[in-house]
Amino acid sequence: MNQENIRNFCIIAHIDHGKSTLADRILELTSTVALRDMEQQLLDNMDIERERGITIKARAVRLKYTADNGENYIFNLIDTPGHVDFNYEVSRSLAACEGAILVVDASQGIEAQTLANTYLAIEHDLEVMPVVNKIDLPSADPERACNEIENIIGIPAMDAPRISAKVGTNIKEVLERVITDIPAPKGEENAPFKALIFDSYYDQYKGVIIYVRVKEGSIKVGDTIKLMATGAQFQTVEIGYMGATELVPVGELKAGEVGYIAASIKYIGDTQVGDTVTTIENPCVEALPGYKQVNPMVYSGIYPADGAKYQDLRDALEKLALNDASLSFEPETSIALGFGFRCGFLGLLHMEIIQERLEREYNLDLITTAPSVIYKVTLTSGETLYIDNPTNYPDPALIASAEEPMVEAHILAPSDYVGNIMELCQQRRGFFRDMKYIEANRVDLHYDLPLNEIVYDFFDALKSRTKGYASFDYELKGYAKSKLVKLDILLNGEMVDALSFIVHADNAYSRGRRMVEKLKENIPRQMFEIPVQAAIGGKIIARETVKAYRKDVLAKCYGGDITRKKKLLEKQKEGKKRMRQLGSVEVPQEAFMSVLKLDE
Amino acid sequence: MTMNKSGIYIHIPFCLRKCPYCDFYSLSLNESCAEDYVNALVSHIGSYKGKSISVDSVYFGGGTPTSLPAKLLVRVLDAVNDAFCVDDDCEITVEANPCTVDYEYLHELRNAGFNRISFGVQSACDNELEALGRLHSFDEAKNAVLTARSTGFENISCDLMIGVIGQTQDSLCKSIDELVKLPINHISAYMLKIEEGTPYDCDAVRKALFDDDVQADMYLLAVAELERKGFVQYEISNFCKGGKRSRHNMKYWKLDDYIGFGPSAHSFFGGKRFFYSRDLEGYIKDPLSTLEIEDENPDKLIEYTMLSLRLCDGLDVGHFKKLGGDVSRLEKLASDLCFSKLATYNEGILRLTPNGFLVSNSVISRVLNI
Repeated sequence: MNQENIRNFCIIAHIDHGKSTLADRILELTSTVALRDMEQQLLDNMDIERERGITIKARAVRLKYTADNGENYIFNLIDTPGHVDFNYEVSRSLAACEGAILVVDASQGIEAQTLANTYLAIEHDLEVMPVVNKIDLPSADPERACNEIENIIGIPAMDAPRISAKVGTNIKEVLERVITDIPAPKGEENAPFKALIFDSYYDQYKGVIIYVRVKEGSIKVGDTIKLMATGAQFQTVEIGYMGATELVPVGELKAGEVGYIAASIKYIGDTQVGDTVTTIENPCVEALPGYKQVNPMVYSGIYPADGAKYQDLRDALEKLALNDASLSFEPETSIALGFGFRCGFLGLLHMEIIQERLEREYNLDLITTAPSVIYKVTLTSGETLYIDNPTNYPDPALIASAEEPMVEAHILAPSDYVGNIMELCQQRRGFFRDMKYIEANRVDLHYDLPLNEIVYDFFDALKSRTKGYASFDYELKGYAKSKLVKLDILLNGEMVDALSFIVHADNAYSRGRRMVEKLKENIPRQMFEIPVQAAIGGKIIARETVKAYRKDVLAKCYGGDITRKKKLLEKQKEGKKRMRQLGSVEVPQEAFMSVLKLDE
Repeated sequence: MTMNKSGIYIHIPFCLRKCPYCDFYSLSLNESCAEDYVNALVSHIGSYKGKSISVDSVYFGGGTPTSLPAKLLVRVLDAVNDAFCVDDDCEITVEANPCTVDYEYLHELRNAGFNRISFGVQSACDNELEALGRLHSFDEAKNAVLTARSTGFENISCDLMIGVIGQTQDSLCKSIDELVKLPINHISAYMLKIEEGTPYDCDAVRKALFDDDVQADMYLLAVAELERKGFVQYEISNFCKGGKRSRHNMKYWKLDDYIGFGPSAHSFFGGKRFFYSRDLEGYIKDPLSTLEIEDENPDKLIEYTMLSLRLCDGLDVGHFKKLGGDVSRLEKLASDLCFSKLATYNEGILRLTPNGFLVSNSVISRVLNI
């Protein structure tokens, strides 16, 4: 098909503003999916995505549309993840498009996430086409939403389609506007082949499938592809486009098109998102701009609750990593928790998702350690270390200076909550940059915050202080010098490595205090009294005591029936399996979890 | 151990009324069924005839043995005398509910050779007896004890319940005061425990029960009070005056042989543990059809540790070692236990204190590392 009749676009929206519902309506209207195959929110196909209403992995689908002018069009709808953890993936998906539909909830207006992703789209020279959704709600105020779009983002919005994706109002208008408002791709068909990888996943039979946007040239089955960042080469086996429910082989892809390539690729690591694909037959000279290696921002130890499940955990991580190049893991040993893995994540949501998938899809019981960011420590010897595991934090005497990663954060909320938000940011060592009124009663608070302070429970705390009205987004901003200390937890006088963490010196006391209180609540009373202490270096800064219990269940041995007693001992043994034996102390799994959420 | 004589246990699975906290095997009394049952017992016991098994303890437990007519109990005892080599000074105990006995009844048992009686008194406070669903008042219990004494029973034991709903420290002390005034030389003091599947196994009762700390305090109070009144503790729940331990129960705890008869009766004999299932009808038809082997080859170390630590005599480290126990582990634990006043450790004997008895499950699993 002529490039003039192709449109490549994505949908940008804040959580719950109706992105997936609009995508569903578009699929329906273009008869891409037979009604009987229609399932709610077709594009989000992981359970977790449906439950949380978020998109984790990018996806793409080709739609055929006959416009009012009688011409046939091909639409490539690329669904992007919305969360800041996947910022880089979002930017690569955007780079595959010429335009973006910006969906704004008519009753909520613009949110922090909308803003961040819209700016990203504008940065990528995308044509942003606003749509006001949920006009069926009684609280809808499309006029206000349009005003916000014009005032905050600065793009014309007064003639934006006003729709209800839920009930299907005005969807046709959106499709017509895609044709008139979003530019057609303009790629040289006879130039050397050049395509952008915007996603990849592992298929059991075909190997890694890469999703590409062809920028220039063309490719057919049999050509040998070269991935420019990794240098890897493969012969293509199958080429095609993404139908709504299955891949459709076509044999050739040309400039302007979106499709997939299968080339018996074994390792997903060879197919980095953002990399450029070219062919050996007709190679391009220069790769597309914007590629970068994604690095984890948050690390955490993941251990099987039952030590015998170590191999199962390894298998599960390997399987997940097949489809997630940004998940990193390597074996780690903890005195307290035994054998496990140090895992690196793009952010907190990414971490939660991986943990949840391990538990749900692989049926594993996990113990995770507190998430840690990567600290930069300069030793007196001049050597620089990057520390992602508190256990490896050097002796304070050897440290010349320490730095921690910072983020630039925007918090959008009704102005009533400014006081609460400022208080929270203050507690989290935030540095106030500025505050803008988006409209009469909504503000954009701009803070610099240490990443370490937001990886624990910042978003939860923010939500509870703003009745859920605040939205929050951030991006990484480099390192800043900081007074950091390593806080250790001792049970019965013995250090528990899995509970150590790095904290700012000013917060060490209060955090240590809360840690020991939480542990006291979560460690059951045992035969002996257990001191629970927090310490910096050798100095104890907080202490609680788990009192010894006075009585356990006594069994009569009446009538010579000693099985009762044996059964009791057996039962006790079963109970112990759920505990970690740390020296003489039995620590239940929940105790490790409880210290992760200190704000509750 | 082969030198030790065997004990005989006879289970009488009948009660006038089932107490709501009790999970021992017992049915409501049915007289014709009782005759059939006694016949079955007598013939089952008779099958041991000719084996020359020496016996120095016979124990009738239940249920409520005294819910049967005295002559039926006597028939069973006669059968025991006939089948086994019963010592002249054999301890012959019968459990009794105070409201099931009178002078004639007790007189008949005493004449037939019963020489020890154990009354389920439980409390000296009538409100507590009611909460336990007992059929008797304390006055009736007191009369039963005095009557037993007057018919010649010299060894009398009473049960006392600790942690009864409505009990206070004062009422517990009062019960002990009243009990020790009676002509008895043995007290079994049990903590009320909710058994699965009993009427007490419900949230309402669970809520009404004392928490573990209060129960522990009450137990310690009872131990102290009983000791003060001359009843010396010799096992977690058992106390006696003048060295009159229950010879029969000691067999369980000392790993001596005992042979049980009747549904739910357990045996440890010939190195095996076995029992007859809770099936009265099946037992009446053919006792052996209800026989179940519990353990062909019981672990001596586990059993010795588990049972010896119930006793004030304690665990003999030498014997523990001989059975393959980990002595260095034990000694390290012993010093922690002594430090926390949960045990004493002298001359190779580890003895739990009353505080230690309260957490004996934990101690045992640590000693055995299970």
